[in-house]
Amino acid sequence: MTAHAQEDFTHHVRRYLYIFYALLVGTLITVGASYIPFGNHAINIAVALVIACGKAFLVAGFFMHLISERKMIYGLLIFTACFFLGLMFLILSAYADFPRMTVTH
Amino acid sequence: MDIPYTVETRPDTGLYNAKVGIWLFLASEVMLFGALFSSYILLRVGSPDGYWPRGWLNVPVGTVNTLVLITSSITTVMAWASLKMNQFGRFKVFHACTLLLAMTFVCIKSYEYHDKFTHYEIALKDGRFADGHVVSNDPKADHVVISGRYVQDRKDLYDLEARKAPRHHEELSIPRSQIEKMERYGPWHNTYLAIYFTLTGLHALHVIGGAIVIGFLWGPGSKLWKTDPERFTNRIEISGLFWHFVDLVWIFLFPVLYLI
Repeated sequence: MTAHAQEDFTHHVRRYLYIFYALLVGTLITVGASYIPFGNHAINIAVALVIACGKAFLVAGFFMHLISERKMIYGLLIFTACFFLGLMFLILSAYADFPRMTVTH
Repeated sequence: MDIPYTVETRPDTGLYNAKVGIWLFLASEVMLFGALFSSYILLRVGSPDGYWPRGWLNVPVGTVNTLVLITSSITTVMAWASLKMNQFGRFKVFHACTLLLAMTFVCIKSYEYHDKFTHYEIALKDGRFADGHVVSNDPKADHVVISGRYVQDRKDLYDLEARKAPRHHEELSIPRSQIEKMERYGPWHNTYLAIYFTLTGLHALHVIGGAIVIGFLWGPGSKLWKTDPERFTNRIEISGLFWHFVDLVWIFLFPVLYLI
Protein backbone atom coordinates (compact mmCIF):
# COMPACT_ATOMS: atom_id res chain seq x y z
CA MET A 1 0.00 0.00 0.00
CA THR A 2 1.45 3.36 -1.00
CA ALA A 3 1.72 6.24 1.46
CA HIS A 4 -1.13 8.03 -0.31
CA ALA A 5 -3.39 4.96 -0.18
CA GLN A 6 -2.48 4.47 3.50
CA GLU A 7 -3.48 8.06 4.27
CA ASP A 8 -6.71 7.64 2.32
CA PHE A 9 -7.51 4.52 4.31
CA THR A 10 -6.79 6.25 7.62
CA HIS A 11 -9.40 8.79 6.57
CA HIS A 12 -11.89 5.92 6.08
CA VAL A 13 -11.07 4.50 9.51
CA ARG A 14 -11.77 7.89 11.10
CA ARG A 15 -15.12 7.92 9.34
CA TYR A 16 -15.95 4.45 10.73
CA LEU A 17 -15.37 5.81 14.21
CA TYR A 18 -17.72 8.76 13.61
CA ILE A 19 -20.38 6.31 12.37
CA PHE A 20 -19.86 4.23 15.51
CA TYR A 21 -20.38 7.29 17.75
CA ALA A 22 -23.50 8.21 15.75
CA LEU A 23 -24.89 4.69 16.25
CA LEU A 24 -24.28 4.88 20.00
CA VAL A 25 -26.00 8.26 20.23
CA GLY A 26 -28.83 7.01 17.99
CA THR A 27 -29.43 4.08 20.34
CA LEU A 28 -29.61 6.35 23.38
CA ILE A 29 -31.96 8.75 21.55
CA THR A 30 -34.20 5.79 20.59
CA VAL A 31 -34.46 4.72 24.23
CA GLY A 32 -34.97 8.31 25.46
CA ALA A 33 -37.65 9.05 22.85
CA SER A 34 -39.61 5.95 23.84
CA TYR A 35 -40.21 7.52 27.28
CA ILE A 36 -41.50 10.82 25.85
CA PRO A 37 -45.33 10.95 25.93
CA PHE A 38 -46.11 12.33 22.46
CA GLY A 39 -49.81 12.02 23.14
CA ASN A 40 -50.34 9.38 20.50
CA HIS A 41 -48.47 6.08 20.74
CA ALA A 42 -48.31 5.93 16.94
CA ILE A 43 -45.89 8.88 17.08
CA ASN A 44 -43.62 6.96 19.46
CA ILE A 45 -43.65 4.04 17.02
CA ALA A 46 -42.90 6.33 14.06
CA VAL A 47 -40.03 8.08 15.90
CA ALA A 48 -38.46 4.75 16.92
CA LEU A 49 -38.69 3.38 13.39
CA VAL A 50 -37.32 6.56 11.77
CA ILE A 51 -34.28 6.48 14.09
CA ALA A 52 -33.86 2.74 13.41
CA CYS A 53 -33.93 3.45 9.64
CA GLY A 54 -31.28 6.15 10.10
CA LYS A 55 -29.05 3.75 12.04
CA ALA A 56 -29.64 1.02 9.45
CA PHE A 57 -28.59 3.46 6.71
CA LEU A 58 -25.33 4.17 8.55
CA VAL A 59 -24.53 0.47 9.03
CA ALA A 60 -25.51 -0.58 5.49
CA GLY A 61 -24.10 2.52 3.80
CA PHE A 62 -20.73 2.78 5.52
CA PHE A 63 -19.89 -0.43 7.38
CA MET A 64 -21.22 -2.56 4.51
CA HIS A 65 -19.92 -0.05 1.93
CA LEU A 66 -23.22 0.20 0.10
CA ILE A 67 -22.72 3.87 -0.71
CA SER A 68 -19.88 2.93 -3.06
CA GLU A 69 -20.87 -0.52 -4.26
CA ARG A 70 -21.10 -1.99 -7.77
CA LYS A 71 -24.26 -1.69 -9.87
CA MET A 72 -24.92 -5.41 -9.68
CA ILE A 73 -25.34 -5.26 -5.89
CA TYR A 74 -27.69 -2.28 -6.20
CA GLY A 75 -29.76 -4.21 -8.77
CA LEU A 76 -29.93 -7.20 -6.47
CA LEU A 77 -31.00 -5.07 -3.52
CA ILE A 78 -33.64 -3.18 -5.49
CA PHE A 79 -35.06 -6.56 -6.52
CA THR A 80 -35.04 -7.67 -2.86
CA ALA A 81 -36.64 -4.40 -1.71
CA CYS A 82 -39.51 -4.91 -4.19
CA PHE A 83 -40.21 -8.38 -2.81
CA PHE A 84 -39.86 -7.11 0.77
CA LEU A 85 -42.39 -4.34 0.13
CA GLY A 86 -44.70 -6.88 -1.55
CA LEU A 87 -44.46 -8.98 1.59
CA MET A 88 -45.44 -6.02 3.73
CA PHE A 89 -48.41 -5.21 1.48
CA LEU A 90 -49.60 -8.79 1.84
CA ILE A 91 -50.32 -7.94 5.47
CA LEU A 92 -53.03 -5.52 4.35
CA SER A 93 -55.00 -8.24 2.60
CA ALA A 94 -54.38 -10.68 5.44
CA TYR A 95 -55.54 -8.09 7.99
CA ALA A 96 -58.90 -7.84 6.24
CA ASP A 97 -59.83 -11.37 7.28
CA PHE A 98 -57.84 -11.61 10.51
CA PRO A 99 -60.00 -13.17 13.25
CA ARG A 100 -59.84 -10.38 15.80
CA MET A 101 -60.99 -10.63 19.43
CA THR A 102 -60.11 -14.29 19.61
CA VAL A 103 -57.40 -14.15 22.27
CA THR A 104 -59.14 -12.55 25.18
CA HIS A 105 -58.44 -14.86 28.09
CA MET B 1 -7.77 -26.36 -10.59
CA ASP B 2 -8.10 -23.21 -8.50
CA ILE B 3 -11.47 -21.70 -7.72
CA PRO B 4 -11.80 -18.69 -10.06
CA TYR B 5 -12.40 -15.09 -9.01
CA THR B 6 -11.57 -15.43 -5.32
CA VAL B 7 -9.43 -12.29 -5.49
CA GLU B 8 -9.61 -10.85 -8.98
CA THR B 9 -12.93 -9.39 -10.11
CA ARG B 10 -15.13 -11.00 -12.72
CA PRO B 11 -15.36 -8.83 -15.84
CA ASP B 12 -19.15 -9.07 -16.04
CA THR B 13 -20.04 -8.34 -12.39
CA GLY B 14 -17.03 -6.22 -11.44
CA LEU B 15 -16.89 -8.17 -8.17
CA TYR B 16 -15.13 -11.23 -6.79
CA ASN B 17 -17.48 -14.21 -6.60
CA ALA B 18 -17.81 -14.49 -2.83
CA LYS B 19 -19.12 -10.96 -2.62
CA VAL B 20 -21.93 -11.70 -5.07
CA GLY B 21 -22.61 -14.88 -3.12
CA ILE B 22 -22.87 -13.20 0.28
CA TRP B 23 -25.18 -10.47 -1.06
CA LEU B 24 -27.45 -13.09 -2.62
CA PHE B 25 -27.49 -14.88 0.73
CA LEU B 26 -28.23 -11.64 2.59
CA ALA B 27 -31.09 -10.94 0.16
CA SER B 28 -32.62 -14.29 1.16
CA GLU B 29 -32.07 -13.37 4.81
CA VAL B 30 -33.95 -10.09 4.29
CA MET B 31 -36.93 -12.13 3.08
CA LEU B 32 -36.64 -14.56 6.01
CA PHE B 33 -36.63 -11.83 8.65
CA GLY B 34 -39.11 -9.80 6.57
CA ALA B 35 -41.62 -12.66 6.79
CA LEU B 36 -41.23 -12.76 10.57
CA PHE B 37 -41.48 -8.97 10.89
CA SER B 38 -44.67 -9.01 8.83
CA SER B 39 -46.00 -11.78 11.11
CA TYR B 40 -45.18 -9.56 14.09
CA ILE B 41 -47.11 -6.65 12.55
CA LEU B 42 -50.11 -8.86 11.77
CA LEU B 43 -50.19 -10.31 15.28
CA ARG B 44 -49.83 -6.88 16.84
CA VAL B 45 -52.52 -5.09 14.84
CA GLY B 46 -54.82 -8.08 15.24
CA SER B 47 -54.46 -8.12 19.00
CA PRO B 48 -57.47 -6.83 20.98
CA ASP B 49 -57.06 -3.46 22.69
CA GLY B 50 -54.96 -3.69 25.82
CA TYR B 51 -53.83 -7.25 25.18
CA TRP B 52 -50.56 -6.54 23.38
CA PRO B 53 -47.85 -6.75 26.06
CA ARG B 54 -45.83 -3.63 26.79
CA GLY B 55 -43.08 -3.26 29.33
CA TRP B 56 -42.46 -7.02 29.55
CA LEU B 57 -38.80 -6.79 28.58
CA ASN B 58 -35.96 -5.19 30.48
CA VAL B 59 -35.07 -2.02 28.50
CA PRO B 60 -31.67 -1.32 30.20
CA VAL B 61 -30.56 -4.90 29.49
CA GLY B 62 -31.76 -4.65 25.88
CA THR B 63 -29.98 -1.30 25.50
CA VAL B 64 -26.71 -2.76 26.77
CA ASN B 65 -27.06 -5.65 24.32
CA THR B 66 -27.66 -3.17 21.47
CA LEU B 67 -24.52 -1.25 22.42
CA VAL B 68 -22.59 -4.54 22.60
CA LEU B 69 -23.66 -5.48 19.06
CA ILE B 70 -22.91 -2.01 17.66
CA THR B 71 -19.46 -2.14 19.25
CA SER B 72 -18.88 -5.55 17.68
CA SER B 73 -19.72 -4.02 14.30
CA ILE B 74 -17.00 -1.38 14.63
CA THR B 75 -14.43 -3.98 15.78
CA THR B 76 -15.35 -6.10 12.74
CA VAL B 77 -14.87 -3.26 10.29
CA MET B 78 -11.65 -2.21 12.06
CA ALA B 79 -10.37 -5.80 11.80
CA TRP B 80 -10.91 -5.69 8.03
CA ALA B 81 -9.36 -2.20 7.80
CA SER B 82 -6.31 -3.46 9.72
CA LEU B 83 -5.75 -6.17 7.11
CA LYS B 84 -6.13 -3.59 4.35
CA MET B 85 -3.36 -1.62 6.07
CA ASN B 86 -1.25 -4.79 6.39
CA GLN B 87 -1.48 -4.88 10.19
CA PHE B 88 -2.19 -8.50 11.03
CA GLY B 89 -1.57 -8.04 14.77
CA ARG B 90 -4.22 -5.33 15.00
CA PHE B 91 -6.63 -7.55 13.04
CA LYS B 92 -6.17 -10.29 15.66
CA VAL B 93 -6.92 -7.87 18.51
CA PHE B 94 -10.00 -6.38 16.87
CA HIS B 95 -11.48 -9.74 15.92
CA ALA B 96 -10.80 -11.13 19.39
CA CYS B 97 -12.89 -8.20 20.66
CA THR B 98 -15.64 -9.11 18.15
CA LEU B 99 -15.70 -12.67 19.46
CA LEU B 100 -15.83 -11.53 23.08
CA LEU B 101 -18.66 -9.11 22.27
CA ALA B 102 -20.56 -11.85 20.42
CA MET B 103 -20.28 -14.10 23.47
CA THR B 104 -21.36 -11.23 25.72
CA PHE B 105 -24.44 -10.70 23.55
CA VAL B 106 -25.39 -14.39 23.73
CA CYS B 107 -24.83 -14.46 27.52
CA ILE B 108 -27.06 -11.41 28.05
CA LYS B 109 -29.72 -12.92 25.78
CA SER B 110 -29.54 -16.19 27.76
CA TYR B 111 -30.04 -14.23 30.97
CA GLU B 112 -33.15 -12.64 29.45
CA TYR B 113 -34.49 -16.03 28.33
CA HIS B 114 -33.86 -17.46 31.79
CA ASP B 115 -35.79 -14.54 33.28
CA LYS B 116 -38.77 -15.39 31.08
CA PHE B 117 -38.64 -19.15 31.73
CA THR B 118 -38.69 -18.61 35.51
CA HIS B 119 -41.61 -16.16 35.24
CA TYR B 120 -45.05 -17.67 35.86
CA GLU B 121 -48.62 -16.59 35.43
CA ILE B 122 -50.84 -18.50 37.85
CA ALA B 123 -54.62 -18.56 37.45
CA LEU B 124 -56.26 -19.11 40.82
CA LYS B 125 -59.58 -20.82 41.49
CA ASP B 126 -60.99 -17.64 43.05
CA GLY B 127 -60.62 -15.81 39.71
CA ARG B 128 -57.51 -13.83 40.64
CA PHE B 129 -54.13 -14.12 38.97
CA ALA B 130 -50.70 -14.35 40.59
CA ASP B 131 -47.73 -13.28 38.50
CA GLY B 132 -44.03 -13.37 39.24
CA HIS B 133 -40.77 -15.26 39.32
CA VAL B 134 -40.70 -18.65 40.93
CA VAL B 135 -38.84 -18.94 44.23
CA SER B 136 -39.78 -22.50 45.09
CA ASN B 137 -41.73 -25.03 43.03
CA ASP B 138 -41.02 -28.37 44.66
CA PRO B 139 -43.63 -30.87 43.34
CA LYS B 140 -43.68 -32.57 46.78
CA ALA B 141 -44.47 -29.31 48.61
CA ASP B 142 -48.12 -28.23 48.92
CA HIS B 143 -47.24 -24.56 48.24
CA VAL B 144 -45.70 -22.75 45.30
CA VAL B 145 -43.67 -19.69 46.27
CA ILE B 146 -43.21 -16.83 43.82
CA SER B 147 -41.89 -13.30 44.03
CA GLY B 148 -44.70 -11.33 42.46
CA ARG B 149 -48.15 -9.87 42.94
CA TYR B 150 -51.86 -10.63 42.68
CA VAL B 151 -54.16 -8.98 40.13
CA GLN B 152 -57.93 -9.21 39.78
CA ASP B 153 -58.04 -8.83 36.00
CA ARG B 154 -55.68 -10.68 33.66
CA LYS B 155 -55.60 -7.57 31.48
CA ASP B 156 -53.61 -5.85 34.23
CA LEU B 157 -50.68 -8.13 33.37
CA TYR B 158 -50.44 -6.98 29.75
CA ASP B 159 -49.79 -3.29 29.26
CA LEU B 160 -47.55 -2.63 32.24
CA GLU B 161 -46.64 0.85 30.98
CA ALA B 162 -50.15 2.19 30.32
CA ARG B 163 -51.69 0.80 33.49
CA LYS B 164 -48.86 1.85 35.75
CA ALA B 165 -49.30 -1.48 37.49
CA PRO B 166 -47.52 -1.75 40.84
CA ARG B 167 -44.01 -3.04 40.22
CA HIS B 168 -43.62 -3.86 43.91
CA HIS B 169 -43.16 -7.60 44.24
CA GLU B 170 -43.49 -9.60 47.41
CA GLU B 171 -43.02 -13.24 48.24
CA LEU B 172 -46.32 -15.06 47.77
CA SER B 173 -46.94 -18.56 49.06
CA ILE B 174 -49.77 -20.09 47.03
CA PRO B 175 -51.41 -23.41 48.05
CA ARG B 176 -51.42 -25.87 45.14
CA SER B 177 -55.07 -26.63 45.87
CA GLN B 178 -55.85 -23.00 44.93
CA ILE B 179 -54.13 -23.19 41.54
CA GLU B 180 -56.27 -23.58 38.44
CA LYS B 181 -53.48 -23.22 35.89
CA MET B 182 -49.81 -22.35 36.05
CA GLU B 183 -47.82 -21.34 32.99
CA ARG B 184 -44.31 -20.07 32.30
CA TYR B 185 -43.63 -17.04 30.10
CA GLY B 186 -42.41 -19.32 27.32
CA PRO B 187 -43.18 -19.02 23.59
CA TRP B 188 -46.44 -20.95 24.14
CA HIS B 189 -47.78 -18.37 26.61
CA ASN B 190 -49.14 -15.90 24.03
CA THR B 191 -48.53 -14.60 20.52
CA TYR B 192 -46.23 -11.81 21.73
CA LEU B 193 -43.86 -14.25 23.41
CA ALA B 194 -44.15 -16.65 20.46
CA ILE B 195 -42.94 -14.00 18.01
CA TYR B 196 -40.43 -12.62 20.55
CA PHE B 197 -38.75 -15.99 21.00
CA THR B 198 -38.91 -16.77 17.27
CA LEU B 199 -37.35 -13.46 16.20
CA THR B 200 -34.72 -13.20 18.94
CA GLY B 201 -33.99 -16.95 18.83
CA LEU B 202 -33.39 -16.86 15.08
CA HIS B 203 -31.29 -13.74 15.51
CA ALA B 204 -29.26 -15.38 18.31
CA LEU B 205 -28.63 -18.38 16.04
CA HIS B 206 -27.24 -15.96 13.46
CA VAL B 207 -24.99 -14.40 16.12
CA ILE B 208 -23.71 -17.85 17.13
CA GLY B 209 -23.22 -18.90 13.48
CA GLY B 210 -21.40 -15.66 12.68
CA ALA B 211 -19.22 -16.02 15.77
CA ILE B 212 -18.22 -19.56 14.73
CA VAL B 213 -17.13 -18.31 11.29
CA ILE B 214 -15.30 -15.31 12.76
CA GLY B 215 -13.69 -17.62 15.34
CA PHE B 216 -12.46 -19.94 12.59
CA LEU B 217 -11.03 -17.02 10.58
CA TRP B 218 -9.42 -15.63 13.73
CA GLY B 219 -7.87 -19.01 14.64
CA PRO B 220 -6.97 -21.79 12.18
CA GLY B 221 -8.35 -19.94 9.15
CA SER B 222 -5.92 -17.07 9.63
CA LYS B 223 -3.06 -19.21 8.27
CA LEU B 224 -4.24 -18.14 4.82
CA TRP B 225 -2.86 -14.65 5.54
CA LYS B 226 0.68 -16.02 5.09
CA THR B 227 0.03 -17.63 1.71
CA ASP B 228 -2.72 -15.49 0.16
CA PRO B 229 -3.31 -12.26 2.12
CA GLU B 230 -5.70 -10.73 -0.40
CA ARG B 231 -7.98 -13.75 -0.39
CA PHE B 232 -7.92 -13.80 3.41
CA THR B 233 -8.84 -10.10 3.53
CA ASN B 234 -11.76 -10.83 1.22
CA ARG B 235 -12.93 -13.61 3.54
CA ILE B 236 -12.87 -11.17 6.44
CA GLU B 237 -14.89 -8.69 4.39
CA ILE B 238 -17.49 -11.38 3.60
CA SER B 239 -17.82 -12.52 7.22
CA GLY B 240 -18.00 -8.83 8.19
CA LEU B 241 -20.89 -8.21 5.78
CA PHE B 242 -22.81 -11.03 7.45
CA TRP B 243 -22.00 -9.66 10.89
CA HIS B 244 -23.18 -6.16 9.97
CA PHE B 245 -26.42 -7.67 8.66
CA VAL B 246 -26.94 -9.36 12.05
CA ASP B 247 -26.39 -5.95 13.67
CA LEU B 248 -28.82 -4.40 11.18
CA VAL B 249 -31.57 -6.85 12.11
CA TRP B 250 -31.07 -6.12 15.83
CA ILE B 251 -31.32 -2.36 15.14
CA PHE B 252 -34.97 -3.02 14.21
CA LEU B 253 -35.65 -5.82 16.68
CA PHE B 254 -34.66 -3.73 19.70
CA PRO B 255 -37.19 -0.88 19.35
CA VAL B 256 -39.91 -3.16 17.95
CA LEU B 257 -39.78 -5.67 20.82
CA TYR B 258 -38.50 -3.63 23.76
CA LEU B 259 -39.61 -0.04 23.26
CA ILE B 260 -42.82 0.23 21.27
